[in-house]
Amino acid sequence: MIVWIILIPLLGALINGLVFATGFWKKFLGGDGHTEHKVVNIAGCGVVLVSALISSVLFFKLLSMEPSERQIVQTLFVWIPSGEFTVSFELLFDTLSCVMALIITWIGFLIHVYSIGYMHGDKSYAKYFAYLNIFIFFMLILVLGNSFPLMFVGWEGVGLASYLLIGFWYENPENASAGRKAFVVNRIGDFGFILGIFLIFFVFGSVNYQDVFGKAMDPVFMSAIPASVMTVIALLLFVGAVGKSAQIPLYVWLPDAMAGPTPVSALIHAATMVTAGAYMVARCNVIYSQSPTAQMIVVSIAAFTAFFAATIALTQNDIKKVLAYSTISQLGYMFMGIGVGAYAAGLFHLVTHAFFKALLFLGSGSVIHALGGEQDIRKMGGLRKFIPVTAITFLIGTLAIAGVPFLSGFFSKDEILGSVYERGYSIQWLFALVTVVLTALYMVRLYLLAFEGKIRVPDKIRDHIHESPSTMLIPLLVLAFLSIIGGYIGVPEFMGELLGFHDTNLFERFVSSSIFMDSAAQAGHHLLGHWELVLFSIAAALLGIIIAYYLYYVRPSLPDKIAENKNVEPVYSGSFNKWYIEELYDYIFVQPFRYLSDVAYRFDQKYIDGSVNGVAEILKEMALTLQAAQTGILRGYATLMAIGAAAILIFIIIWQGF
Amino acid sequence: MGVSIEHYFVLSAILFVIGVYGVMARKNLIIVLMSLELMLNAANLAFVAFSRVHDDMTGQVFMIMSITVAAAEVAVGLALVVAVYSHRESLNIDILKILKG
Repeated sequence: MIVWIILIPLLGALINGLVFATGFWKKFLGGDGHTEHKVVNIAGCGVVLVSALISSVLFFKLLSMEPSERQIVQTLFVWIPSGEFTVSFELLFDTLSCVMALIITWIGFLIHVYSIGYMHGDKSYAKYFAYLNIFIFFMLILVLGNSFPLMFVGWEGVGLASYLLIGFWYENPENASAGRKAFVVNRIGDFGFILGIFLIFFVFGSVNYQDVFGKAMDPVFMSAIPASVMTVIALLLFVGAVGKSAQIPLYVWLPDAMAGPTPVSALIHAATMVTAGAYMVARCNVIYSQSPTAQMIVVSIAAFTAFFAATIALTQNDIKKVLAYSTISQLGYMFMGIGVGAYAAGLFHLVTHAFFKALLFLGSGSVIHALGGEQDIRKMGGLRKFIPVTAITFLIGTLAIAGVPFLSGFFSKDEILGSVYERGYSIQWLFALVTVVLTALYMVRLYLLAFEGKIRVPDKIRDHIHESPSTMLIPLLVLAFLSIIGGYIGVPEFMGELLGFHDTNLFERFVSSSIFMDSAAQAGHHLLGHWELVLFSIAAALLGIIIAYYLYYVRPSLPDKIAENKNVEPVYSGSFNKWYIEELYDYIFVQPFRYLSDVAYRFDQKYIDGSVNGVAEILKEMALTLQAAQTGILRGYATLMAIGAAAILIFIIIWQGF
Repeated sequence: MGVSIEHYFVLSAILFVIGVYGVMARKNLIIVLMSLELMLNAANLAFVAFSRVHDDMTGQVFMIMSITVAAAEVAVGLALVVAVYSHRESLNIDILKILKG
């Protein structure tokens, strides 16, 4: 049954791709554009809905099982038979992949529906849905595969789909090169990932999850393996995660990925694909929990990424770029949670983030739609009166991500902050806490600049501002609802007691049957207890919101004055220019490689091609010389023959000594 | 002075060289063919002379063979000559450059 979750989206991709994108429908079946759109809509969205329903059925089936036995395995066929080593095409539906599959299919479905409105009238409408369905197909393989190679297949597949969709409007060379950048940067990460898989096979002799994790938990087996090997495996896998989930130093592709259609940004670059790294690390919890060094590195990179991306998000003016840096920052939170060994907390944030970040991206899409393609928040302002539904849902998303109490982001972020602190990573916790302030600051800034205050939209566009069609608003409303209540699936126990919640931490209990090794909180004495931690993060969030409210609502002229202040100016322009990291990469990596390849190109032209062509040239010259003898005059041939015969005769006579 | 084998050889060589000269120097296709025949006959003369000297009939057999082949060749050759003439209205061998590479 699991296999149908995967295959049905593929069917949608085939229908949309082969029948509609190729023009078969119009050419041979005599269909017109209007019915084509209808069928594409039904095929494109329907398949994802079917997958979502099957996933839900299996979810309830898992719930009905004993907690320790919550997994369904479906073996389809032997995929790679190679002597002792075999890999089966096997699917695994356990609580971890269940959570992921539900997010991918349900949020994916909402975004598909939204796309109907957003992509309306695009000339490559069917192709767009075919690509989206291909993405869903590969993403489901990634999370439902029961072995590392199968995960890698999905991993590469979503990379391909992402590349295709980022460069979807490829007529603009910038968009095409953004797609290429995402693809190339991800290859760096994938290289680490595949090396990690090789090392896993080398150490454990298998690439199947159960075999690998089973052996990794076996003390007898593990006593023969040096701890450093586990660290290397963990770090190699993490390199892959860094690429896919846009962490430092491989985050640079994600902001550029905003060149794609906005629903794509919501689906792939906020809710699903970029979280694949977090999913993978959580899946390999047995490996990570055994390597404190790797955990330390993961948490540190994650904390710094969260902080770093947030500082850039503060000053960006493109509505989608702010959200892109925010996504990088939030992914940092997920990795912090997962890195310290609080896998459930990290995954919980993954879930809530999927709700509110998809909502925010779709909201920004609705704004862009209303303004006819305008993305610069300096040219917005006061939009709340024109597009109230978008504004309200966007505000809900903003408050949820900022960590306002009782919205979804609040619970998941507190889980992570608490776990990071309690497991002894104080410095990283401090970074995370500052990031909470920054998050609230840049998100509220974004909301206020876009929706409140004076309207700065040019008159020409102002007359055309309109609320989006219902296909776009309904997903917004559903996601807004989820962003409000989504957090209650994982209320921490100490909060639950106070709030009068009986079913606290449902999420953690559900997921825990897939988490075999959770590094427990350190038992030492801590300065702060649960409640103090919560109060700290609430205070941080409110501080950010108040600062933003004051700067961008009460005194809107102040931010520019601050930016121009002599002492602040370098920091401001640093943040505005993304700390010049792109330029640095260009200088360190791109330029030297360009130079090297230029040298190699010239060497190739001159020496390699030169020698091959030289041989051909010599033969050609010889042929041209001999061609002169081919006059076609018979007498000439006869003469040559006679002379030759005479010469041979004379030679024989002399040689024989007559 | 009796006629010895050398005399036959010298005659054969002279005829052969005349034939070669004809093939090399003359332009008329028919004369070229005739020169070819002359070369063949020079060779035939040598065959017969050897046959007599060695008292062996093999040389004569070869001569007969060679004349037969020459006759067949002339039949084909003349047919070609006629075809060439009707096509080009000339038998000048220099303008026939179909074999040019």
